Amino acid sequence: MALPGPNVRDGEPVVRLHQVAKRFAGGTEALAGFDLAVAPGELLALLGPSGCGKSTALRLMAGLAEPTAGSLERRLPAPHAVGFVFQEPTLMPWATVERNVALPLELLGLPRAEIRRRVEERLVGLGLGGFARAYPRELSGGMKMRVSIARALAARPRLLLLDEPFASLDEITRWKLNDELLDLWQREGLTIVFVTHSVYESAYLATRIAVLSARPGRILGEIAVAAPSPRGADYRSSEEYLRICRAVSTKLAEALGKS
Amino acid sequence: MKRTLTNALPPALVVLLTLAAWEAVVRLRHVPEYLLPGPLRIAAALRDDWPALYPSLLQTLAVTGEALLAAAVLGAGLAVLLMQAKWIERSLFPFAVILQVTPLVAIAPLLLIWVKDVRLALVLCAFLVAFFPVAANTALGLQSADHHLLDLMRLYGASRWQVLRFVRLPSALPYFLGGLRISGGLALIGAVVAEFVAGTGGAASGLAYRILEAGYTLAIPRMFAALVLLAGSGVLLYALLSGLSYLVLRRWHESAVRREGVLSSG
Repeated sequence: MALPGPNVRDGEPVVRLHQVAKRFAGGTEALAGFDLAVAPGELLALLGPSGCGKSTALRLMAGLAEPTAGSLERRLPAPHAVGFVFQEPTLMPWATVERNVALPLELLGLPRAEIRRRVEERLVGLGLGGFARAYPRELSGGMKMRVSIARALAARPRLLLLDEPFASLDEITRWKLNDELLDLWQREGLTIVFVTHSVYESAYLATRIAVLSARPGRILGEIAVAAPSPRGADYRSSEEYLRICRAVSTKLAEALGKS
Repeated sequence: MKRTLTNALPPALVVLLTLAAWEAVVRLRHVPEYLLPGPLRIAAALRDDWPALYPSLLQTLAVTGEALLAAAVLGAGLAVLLMQAKWIERSLFPFAVILQVTPLVAIAPLLLIWVKDVRLALVLCAFLVAFFPVAANTALGLQSADHHLLDLMRLYGASRWQVLRFVRLPSALPYFLGGLRISGGLALIGAVVAEFVAGTGGAASGLAYRILEAGYTLAIPRMFAALVLLAGSGVLLYALLSGLSYLVLRRWHESAVRREGVLSSG
């Protein structure tokens, strides 16, 4: 059902932004009056026109930037309980796949054996088992993105933030990774927030879609997606999926119309 | 193998033809030896004067090598230091630039007066010209680290040292190696210029000293023989540093990857 969802589902929010504004040094106002609460266990999509401040909101949640006004609360057991996947794979080109995935664990100073065990587990889990010794440039775009996701998950985060992670991938790879992301989300009880400009991607993945207005970005409306999981090819062609796509598109048109 | 041959054949042929033309012109036009000796005469001088030239070659190479090593270590060190704070960069970088733009021939006499040990003075001169490319390139490389990777380091609360070790230094490596390749040639030039300035009076006796000496005695073939050794050393040094760069970067950096299957890019 495509109903405007409540801002907070059950449980204390993992991240709560209240009347947040972000203005850059150059004077650009990325966000204004931005309210959002991320409930534990949800898969939230931030959808909006390009340049609307989606990525800025994500960076604020990660603690990579500070809001200019408003308040931001994070309820996380440790700062590294956040995993971040950038739009580009952002791998270290000089390091093998396993060294790339091991980076967060090395930074946290875990024992070698533990690092090896966790990296191995992640690589197998993301279908990278045979590529541990490969260098990033030897991998396809989709494989690089898998490595990037494996790295983000290596330190076992509670909250996974993804900034248009699949935007530069071809459609087939994109669908495959969408399914893998859903699978990870279900298996590991993660809270996921991902930024996208694709209506179809948000409708397929998210349990809640927040549509942003044009810059300065604020939440224009929310659409809860009550579709059952696991979602698959059937869901992609279902009536409900189409209804949600239409609802999201309408909201997005509104966002663009107001700019 | 076949590919290497087809790649190496044309340049080798051109070199041979040039040498042959040189020899022919010298013989046919009866150019006197003290103006321009032919390649065969130079080769003979190289063979006959080898006992004198060889120690000089070693001397010049040693000075060059020590200067280059010092430039690599201190250049990279300064680059890391400059990156620590804007005020350090602003206050130290002008000195590096001043040293770079002041011609070595103008400072070398001063250094030779100040530094008692002639050999040390020579190394210092060569170091001064070799230092800047390494420092400037490494500084650029340290600043060129992927911003998202730096964000990632911040996300995991990495220390300054961890950021340097995991992201900045590896990012700077191709730049450092590029700078080193330029510095190699400059160190050799610096060593030779310093030897010239030190002149025949110095205890040191590098290849430049041999060239001066040969010039005074009009032993022109010998002068050419010393020049051949100098040019050869320069080429060899460049090839060695390019090889080092290739070995270090071949698995990941585009500059090394693209060169696969090509004889050499320079």
